[in-house]
Amino acid sequence: MQDEPTPTELIKAVADFLRNEITPAIKGHNAFKLRVAINGLDLVTRQLALEGDSDSAEAVRLKQLLRVDGALLDLNRALSDRIAKGEVDLQTPGLADHLWQTTMDKLAVDQPNYASYKRELGKK
Amino acid sequence: MIEAELGRCVAAWYSGATGVTGAAKLSGGASQETWTFDIVHPGGNVGAILRRAPPGYGASPGRAAGLDAEAVLMQLAHDAGLPSPRVMHVLGPGDGLGTGFIMQRIEGETIARKILRDEEFARARPILARQLGGVIAGIHGLPPTKLPKLREMTATKEIADLEREYRSFGWPRPVFELALRWLRERDPGPSKEVTLVHGDFRHGNLIIGPDGVRAVLDWELAHFGDPMEDLGWICVNSWRFGEIDKPVGGFGSREDLFAGYEAAGRKVDADRVMFWEVMGTLRWGIMCCGMMQRFRKGPDHSMERAMIGRRSSETEIDLLRLLAPRGR
Repeated sequence: MQDEPTPTELIKAVADFLRNEITPAIKGHNAFKLRVAINGLDLVTRQLALEGDSDSAEAVRLKQLLRVDGALLDLNRALSDRIAKGEVDLQTPGLADHLWQTTMDKLAVDQPNYASYKRELGKK
Repeated sequence: MIEAELGRCVAAWYSGATGVTGAAKLSGGASQETWTFDIVHPGGNVGAILRRAPPGYGASPGRAAGLDAEAVLMQLAHDAGLPSPRVMHVLGPGDGLGTGFIMQRIEGETIARKILRDEEFARARPILARQLGGVIAGIHGLPPTKLPKLREMTATKEIADLEREYRSFGWPRPVFELALRWLRERDPGPSKEVTLVHGDFRHGNLIIGPDGVRAVLDWELAHFGDPMEDLGWICVNSWRFGEIDKPVGGFGSREDLFAGYEAAGRKVDADRVMFWEVMGTLRWGIMCCGMMQRFRKGPDHSMERAMIGRRSSETEIDLLRLLAPRGR
């Protein structure tokens, strides 16, 4: 068992330090790169918080949709394969809902400020 | 160091020039660089841009038109009265600067967030879509006999290229599969009319001033193909920078873009434009994945490229909004 603080706590502390202490002191292209770096750390924090639940829900949906078992990556390969072959499409019950839910879960980690995502959050 | 070479080069064709000053690299990958500098002249300094492949980097990558072709296209656009820099000099072996060209520097803004938000551009924003429609029509109408040799693309070839690249990543993306399938099923076939296509007509490659568009840049992806491709590409949501209800670059409507295009005497096929918008959305998504691959396999380990890899999901939600829209 690894000790505390948790990875999330550590990354948050580093990101806050960069954001609050270093950002005001940096100018030019490095200021842009620093923003990218902080965004990267924030993304990791969101993934650590959200990935467990969204991955298990995604796996449940995929198993139901495909009627097979397997690891998440393999299930996604199987779904991709079936879409490519035309065996499932947007008329297939549950496919559109699954793709929407999976994509919304990705955006929640990758780019929660993306305008299309914020618009879709307000819909059901 | 580059100032000495540029100074010698400029003195040979710019009468009265005594050298160059203020040379600074604006952007550059391994094989292509853009420099800004001023030509020193008793009558006043003149702003110029060097676009070049440094010595030893002659060949351009697969899809690129090549710098010689870019120079010809830019000059043709300029001669046709389109907003384009004048090409001042095409580099020769004697210049010792590699291959490429020197063009007039045009002042203005290329950064989308500033163009979309700064007060300075408030008067330009409402007129831009129509203006750009006219510019795109002008590009498509450039005299075919004068055009350089360029690759010819069709929707079918583009779908195959995108699919090959996506499969090479070995990472499953069901939404991309859906888009590929959608595109294959609706492939409109070869365009009745094949014209010059700019290939990358969007924010970043357009210099905008308070008065509107001032220059079209970066003809690297120019090719022959379906003219509707350029109209679809500029509507891709990735170039709206948050202004998602203004499909043309976040500043204008499709209606205005199309009106400007048709006012210049050309016809719009709105269904084909939409087809190319879906293609363009997928294309940008696959390009984001490509950045991630180069981050992982390339030598420079760039953090920016890694983070762009995490933007491919943006194109997935945009593809779903186009192909499987949900109710309010």
